[in-house]
Amino acid sequence: MSTSLAIDVRGMTKRFGKRTVVDDVDLAVATGEIVGFLGPNGSGKTTTIRMICGLLKPDAGEGTVLGLDVRTQSAAIKRQVGYMTQRFSFYEDLTIAENLIFVARLYGLKPAEQAVAKTLEGLGLASRQDQLAGTLSGGWKQRLALAACIMHQPKLLLLDEPTAGVDPKARREFWDEIHRLAGDGMTVLVSTHYMDEAERCHRIGYIAYGRMLATGTVEEVVHGSGLVTFVVHGAVKPAQMRVLAAADGVEQVAPFGATLHVVGTDRAKLEAALEPLSRETGLRVEPGETSLEDVFIKFMSGAQERAA
Amino acid sequence: MTGLFSSRRLGAMLAKEFVQMRRDRITFAMMLAVPVIQLLLFGYAINNDPRGLPAAILALGQDRYTRAVVSALEVSNYYRFGQRPQSAAEAESLMAKGEISFLITIPSDFGTRVERADRPRILVEADATDPAAASGAVSALGTIAGRALVRAQGREPVTDPAGGEGDSLSFVVHRRYNPENITQYNIVPGLLGVILQMTMVMMTSMALTREIERGTMENLLAMPATAGEIMLGKVLPYLAVGAVQVVIVLGAAKLLFAVPFLGGLGLLLSCVLVFVLALVLLGYTISTMARTQLQAMQLTFFFFLPSLMLSGFMFPFAGMPGWAQALGELFPLTHFLRIIRAIMLKGADLGDIGDEVVYLSLFVPVFAGVALMRFRSTLD
Repeated sequence: MSTSLAIDVRGMTKRFGKRTVVDDVDLAVATGEIVGFLGPNGSGKTTTIRMICGLLKPDAGEGTVLGLDVRTQSAAIKRQVGYMTQRFSFYEDLTIAENLIFVARLYGLKPAEQAVAKTLEGLGLASRQDQLAGTLSGGWKQRLALAACIMHQPKLLLLDEPTAGVDPKARREFWDEIHRLAGDGMTVLVSTHYMDEAERCHRIGYIAYGRMLATGTVEEVVHGSGLVTFVVHGAVKPAQMRVLAAADGVEQVAPFGATLHVVGTDRAKLEAALEPLSRETGLRVEPGETSLEDVFIKFMSGAQERAA
Repeated sequence: MTGLFSSRRLGAMLAKEFVQMRRDRITFAMMLAVPVIQLLLFGYAINNDPRGLPAAILALGQDRYTRAVVSALEVSNYYRFGQRPQSAAEAESLMAKGEISFLITIPSDFGTRVERADRPRILVEADATDPAAASGAVSALGTIAGRALVRAQGREPVTDPAGGEGDSLSFVVHRRYNPENITQYNIVPGLLGVILQMTMVMMTSMALTREIERGTMENLLAMPATAGEIMLGKVLPYLAVGAVQVVIVLGAAKLLFAVPFLGGLGLLLSCVLVFVLALVLLGYTISTMARTQLQAMQLTFFFFLPSLMLSGFMFPFAGMPGWAQALGELFPLTHFLRIIRAIMLKGADLGDIGDEVVYLSLFVPVFAGVALMRFRSTLD
């Protein structure tokens, strides 16, 4: 058991009826690290997070969270973990201050009023503390939820799609806050759909159909995928795109504004497939950078085939 | 497919409603099973002309007329003579405890008076805290005892109905605890129990389902609150609500309906507290079983109706068949009704109703235990 790992679980498995939602997932997160948890809808992100914070009993698997046994010490884990749910789950018929007081008292913060006052001030919500939480906009609800989750200064923060439906400015501020918290030594596991958010994490893990397909830094994951990308500059007709997509060695063809990303694993085959296009149209074709999105699309189609 | 009415659109609505009905298993089961259960339960259990009422005879004489009347009463199915009190005081305490509803006293000079044709009398004391139960059995008594006496005297039963003024048997009926037979005396204290049951169980049955439906349960479970803390935190506020109801109903009982208040207020309030505690824990138990607030509501009604019918609130408890009485004992309301009627109308003290208080108290740990067992501290 390593104490430098905030999360160290192996073989985590969860079944609902006959359906295996999380299948043999290993996860190791170092203390102070921000780890992004990526994957399509229904891939098992939420279920994995819930197992880590003790909200679901794993059917198989073992390990530690903050040095505590994930299977038997969930009560102790709960006290040191902040969990921000995907759906806003504070009381909409309570005011902001009342919600925070409730949370502060549940965690036994003393004096609760002082902790709440500090949190309200930090949020910039002191003047609106008597407003009902249900009347807040999406962005403010998210800030309130985060503030409530970190009020007891947890060692581990679990965020389940925290920025869904939040505008870009609020998202930016949210991530600044996450990095500030991690800088103070808090470990963060955050699930997301957004590639730009994944790139703000120290490391990412990609899960699909309940299986962890890749872990590492963004560069490692991109490099490890073995994908090669070429960028075609200029307008390509739909008919030409169809021909290109059907060509041997081409795995993905995706328009990005005025450019076209052509992705495959075999450089030679890819070049051969692109050669007729550049000859006919005279468009500039050059090697490009493989994006995380390209990698995920590949993972998803691959995982789908395996699941089918 | 346009216009105000399309049978295809209606068909689509109907099909959707049936699919949803089928998905909601509890609702579907309730719609089919509840009418059948209630029909059988209430059809067989409820009897407005109750038989087998618990009674006792205090026969002070040993003459043959007394014995004839006693044995005639014993074979009739109107009464069930379980207790054999030896003295008036013992009989009195049995009635205060509610163990007997009738006390029939045959005076020691009964035989002599029969022979002298000097207005033989039988004293009947009926527990009139439940007027409906008392009246039928009292009127039957005259017929049964009268016939027995006639037979014992060796006269023809039908041919000589008049017999002479002095011959005829007379009954002195004492309607105990409620001499004027006022229905409110029976109903109003019972209503306190019914009102408390209705509101307490219904409110608390939503306790957890509301959290689940609003999505706040996930957060609550992720925080360090334990099952016991959540349970008590959910039910105790309703004790306060119940206290307000108690004050209102008892105040109205006194001021509007002039219901007598013979027993100790402290004892009554302690018993009410135990009763309300049992109710809120029952409601909470329901909320651990229901998945939605609608289901919680349905389960509450499923519980509410039989407890109303079988507790002795609407129909005489003693008049129900044995199996229905056994079922009735399973409702806290049954025991509470006995307690509150005994305290308010009979002035009973803890010694008289001790057993009932124990039974009522037992519901508290039972419901709390079931609720804690049913409570899931995970989202599984």
